Amino acid sequence: MMQLDLALIWAGLLAFAVLAYVVLDGFDLGVGILFPFMPGETQRDEMMNSVAPVWDGNETWLVLGGGALFAAFPLAYAIIMPALYAPVIALLLGLVFRGVAFEFRWKTQRGKFLWDGAFAAGSTIAAFAQGLALGALVQGIPVAGRAYAGGWWDWLTPFSVLTGVSLVAGYALLGATWLIYKTQGPTQQRAYRFANFAGGATLAAIGLVSLWTPFLSDVFMQRWFSWPRILLVATVPALVALAAYVLFNGLRRRQELSPFLASLALFVLCFVGLVISFFPYLVPTSVTLWEAAAPPSSLGFLFAGAAFLIPVILAYTAYSYWVFRGKIEQGGGGYH
Amino acid sequence: MDIDALTLARLQFAFTITFHIVFPAISIGLASYLAVLEGLWFLTGRTVFLDLFNYWKKIFAVAFGMGVVSGIVMSYQFGTNWSVFSDKAGPVIGPLMGYEVLTAFFLEAGFLGVMLFGLSRVGPRLHYLATLMVALGTFISAFWILSVNSWMQTPAGFAINEVGQFVPVDWVAVIFNPSFPYRLVHMLLAAYLSTAFIVGGTGALHLLRDATLPASRIMFSMAMWMAAIVAPLQIVAGDLHGLNTLEHQPAKVAAMEGHFETQAGAPLILFGWPDMEQERTRYAVEVPKLGSLILTHDWNGTVRGLKEWPREDRPNAAIVFWSFRVMVGAGLAMLAVGVWSLALRARRRLYDQPWLLRASVALSPIGLVAVIAGWITTEVGRQPYTVYGLLRTAQSASSIDAAAVGASLAAFAIVYFAVFGAGAFYMLRLMRKAPEPVEPEFAPSHPMHASGLMPGPVMRKAPRA
Ligand code: HDD
Ligand code: HEM
Ligand code: HEM
Repeated sequence: MMQLDLALIWAGLLAFAVLAYVVLDGFDLGVGILFPFMPGETQRDEMMNSVAPVWDGNETWLVLGGGALFAAFPLAYAIIMPALYAPVIALLLGLVFRGVAFEFRWKTQRGKFLWDGAFAAGSTIAAFAQGLALGALVQGIPVAGRAYAGGWWDWLTPFSVLTGVSLVAGYALLGATWLIYKTQGPTQQRAYRFANFAGGATLAAIGLVSLWTPFLSDVFMQRWFSWPRILLVATVPALVALAAYVLFNGLRRRQELSPFLASLALFVLCFVGLVISFFPYLVPTSVTLWEAAAPPSSLGFLFAGAAFLIPVILAYTAYSYWVFRGKIEQGGGGYH
Repeated sequence: MDIDALTLARLQFAFTITFHIVFPAISIGLASYLAVLEGLWFLTGRTVFLDLFNYWKKIFAVAFGMGVVSGIVMSYQFGTNWSVFSDKAGPVIGPLMGYEVLTAFFLEAGFLGVMLFGLSRVGPRLHYLATLMVALGTFISAFWILSVNSWMQTPAGFAINEVGQFVPVDWVAVIFNPSFPYRLVHMLLAAYLSTAFIVGGTGALHLLRDATLPASRIMFSMAMWMAAIVAPLQIVAGDLHGLNTLEHQPAKVAAMEGHFETQAGAPLILFGWPDMEQERTRYAVEVPKLGSLILTHDWNGTVRGLKEWPREDRPNAAIVFWSFRVMVGAGLAMLAVGVWSLALRARRRLYDQPWLLRASVALSPIGLVAVIAGWITTEVGRQPYTVYGLLRTAQSASSIDAAAVGASLAAFAIVYFAVFGAGAFYMLRLMRKAPEPVEPEFAPSHPMHASGLMPGPVMRKAPRA
């Protein structure tokens, strides 16, 4: 009988959870990033209401991502978390601020501006910290034995700052195109302008990061530029160009759904690019997914549940999005 | 790693989880309470139950939001501060926490939006399903996380592999480890009691102002039934839990009791100051032989004292001794309120005896006090280990500079006090307002309400009426 490679399957599930997190929480973090740039109280209320019923579910994918890493690859979790100590703490604190703002801002008139600020700042900090963490991971983490062996500021480099800014721009794009899809009237008009700007910034960022990454390590260089591999991997940038065309074309023609889908496609493609660079490392370029994997008894036990539960979760998540389908009522009226 | 960074990491964990546990305790209890209220609305068609549902729903939403964000912090703390522990224990507790996410957190998150905002969109039946799912989710969450914690207290069903990791061998033994059933029951009852006292205190506050309001009467009466029935159950559960601990972690029980010497016919020390240096409990006020009776059910049973263990294997008895007494004292106070309410109820004076009402207001946070005290007993009592008897706390931590841990601890402290302080303030403000005869679905400033989303007459009709 063929032996299932559970470690590989778990790496796939982990990748799926991270991607789901990035696109789902991405658009609601993006709404937070754009929040201060939206004039007008009622428009802001509309923004907030467009994500209020779903943000908690979106963020749960982050818990699943962390949980899957902990459960399936405890060694990688034990190395990566201390290495990214400061960005991870900043991410968590950012999420605290924005998470409570959803409830708190309706509870006060006088203090509303405070929670508006907390929502915007928390979202931006969380996005930036995620980008920093990603950059720090890509540039490599020194490992000795079974532990992180670097210093406490290793995560802060020009490259990681670039990835931090890039992610803020990318999430802003997701948020703007989500708002185009969910709102109407003045809010939607604004969102088109945001999307044009954030779209340009995101594409520039993708370009810069893609050019820089291969120079960080020979492994990445090999992945992208060795012959004949290049023929295959070149489809990724080609598809990025296609997605960019669909995005800007949709924005120009004032389409409502296609810009959001094109932005999602951009994220998926960037993620595929990352997988091409990383595989089979979990901690590039020192620990592979097989080295980090938990024993089969752990992987198998959780997989039995995940194989059944993840489709169920996707189904009722889709259901709850469907319940709140349609446009937000103008003037901050919520769903109707 | 030097000792200071270790101490700071322990403080950080204790600080963040102490905040976290308060919110789940409220959400576990309130989620069930909301399900009961909505169910009563279905059964009786009385709108007062819908009013109460809408009233507590707003408070639940605030508590739940704080529970989520403080919980996300917890799930990453294992990796940032306890990375060696994570590497070693991950194969066993990781999958349990993974199941918590898959079965509980997604269930709650998926149906929370529908529960909070969806009544007019999906109709009462599906909405009730959503309420039930959220309540079920909080329950399942407690199931898995308590399994994790109990496994760390009483590890079972594992082997140790060549790189020193704990490897699961028998999942049933891992999940249903020896202390788990006791801890689960005790914690769930604790959540219900905590909520009952919050609800009861709120009802009492409004009864003191207007003794006729039906909504306040219902709240108060339901809460007093809980106190009368669940408080005694909780004391029995706590006693059984303690006997189980005596079997598996006798050093913890010795610390709880303040016993340093092993003795037959040991006294019950009511109060005193366990002195770790001098190895005796100073200023002890004791009842002869009662300690042996409670712990061994025999007047002359032998009870082991802390001196049985080398100094470096003993938990801090002063903390454990006192936190245990705070918890037990709280439990006895709740029992007293329950009995008092029964006596007044029998004389049909439940709602107009001001002293019971005042006592209930004063005791509203008592359940939460007991929860925190109980957890401190449990966690400090299992020191110096993270995995009892096998992995020491000092060997579990990440090697992180004291400066980094200290800075993050300070950041957590500032942010938590500001954010959760504001949250507590908003919750209290919601509770201070009496439920209205037609309680709006959302806060007055919330536009989902202001836009007339909920056409009163349509939704206020009971579904079957
Ligand atoms: C409303 C809350 C509440 C109340 C009234 C009580 N407890 Fe409790 N207790 C808890 C809430 C709690 C808790 C927070 O749920 C703990 C912490 C961890 C756990 O398993 O339960 C706990 C732990 C705990 C432990 C530690 C077990 C261990 O760590 O191994 C013991 C021995 C008791 N309890 C015993 C009692 C007794 C004899 C009580 C009688 C009055 C009592 N508890 C009332
Ligand atoms: C069920 C989930 C829980 C888990 C898995 C857990 C796990 C841990 C871990 C890993 C530590 C750090 C290592 C150590 O010092 O032993 C710790 C310490 C601690 N925890 Fe918990 N804990 C849980 C629940 C709680 C709760 C609800 C409280 C609430 C008060 C609490 C209070 C503490 C305290 C006070 C310490 C510090 C003990 C000391 O260092 O002396 N724990 N716990
Ligand atoms: C170290 C221990 C713990 C960790 C890592 C942890 C983790 C989490 C996380 C990540 C969430 C947010 C879930 C979401 O996104 O919806 C959460 C919420 C929750 N936790 Fe904890 N938790 C811990 C301790 C506890 C304990 C001791 C209990 C109770 C017995 C508990 C019960 C709950 C419940 C019922 C929720 C639901 C949401 C809420 O109440 O606000 N947790 N926890």
